[in-house]
Amino acid sequence: MQFFGGSEISPSPPVPTASGNNGHMIYMFNRNGVCLLYREWNRPLRTLNAQQDHKLMFGLLFSLKSLTAKMDPTSAEKGNLGVPQLPGQGCSFHSFRTNTYKLSFMESPSGIKIILVTHPRTGDLRDSLKYIYNLYVEYVVKNPLYTPGSPIRCQLFNTTLDQYMRGIA
Amino acid sequence: MAAAIYSLYIINKSGGLIYYKDYGSAGRMDTNDSLRVASLWHSMHAISQQLSPVSGCSGIELLQADTFDLHCYQSLTGTKFFVVCEPGTLHMESLLKYIYELYTDYVLKNPFYEMEMPIRCELFDINLTQAVQKDRVAFLGR
Repeated sequence: MQFFGGSEISPSPPVPTASGNNGHMIYMFNRNGVCLLYREWNRPLRTLNAQQDHKLMFGLLFSLKSLTAKMDPTSAEKGNLGVPQLPGQGCSFHSFRTNTYKLSFMESPSGIKIILVTHPRTGDLRDSLKYIYNLYVEYVVKNPLYTPGSPIRCQLFNTTLDQYMRGIA
Repeated sequence: MAAAIYSLYIINKSGGLIYYKDYGSAGRMDTNDSLRVASLWHSMHAISQQLSPVSGCSGIELLQADTFDLHCYQSLTGTKFFVVCEPGTLHMESLLKYIYELYTDYVLKNPFYEMEMPIRCELFDINLTQAVQKDRVAFLGR
């Protein structure tokens, strides 16, 4: 990231722990539920069409955030289930794991949600998600031809992202 | 490093809550809320199977949040046992399997227990408390 200025604004990428085809898909949503980005590298099974898949993913995350905010064992004062939470308000989850995949999640203060679906034995990807967010800021947000709230069509962003994913998973 | 269990839930195959025990968290929930949370978890568990990139997904086994971890075990019959614990608590999977054994011994083999109904078996409660306390004591003793 030295290319974009003197100050060290983005965290350095975490050391690659595994090589190979462990990264399955990535989704990015904005705060209104618009799917800004969907890329897949390895997805043998597709149960729904693309639109429904994105809506289902967004819905799952919304409900899971509501659930974790309500189930938080360390705070006594919580709203009701289903009340939309502001980014950063209430306890939020950062990953869940099933027997076939691991989903890592990050929400920025502006409501940009980044979801990575990887192999179940992947480690903690929070730093990787922060790095991807910084890639988004540098290649997409600072692109004068990009309209916020619309799907991302930046070739440079896609190539850098693919390259980074090959390095970490 | 104390590894504490905050609460335990058991839900039947239709998603209804049949057992809820809270082991001292600030976020203790009343009956209605615990019912809602259990049903919500049942649905999320099912939806997560739809979103799998490879076939053969059996649902969420571990959910990691900022202040707690949630471990879930689903039996072959669809009954789900999940426990809310401190982040990084170990051996929760074996504890859940052991709780499943207690469930089969003290609940299912109880002739007065109706399937899918809330659990009201004293022996189950006693043995469950022992199992959870043993875990806590074992960790504190280190």
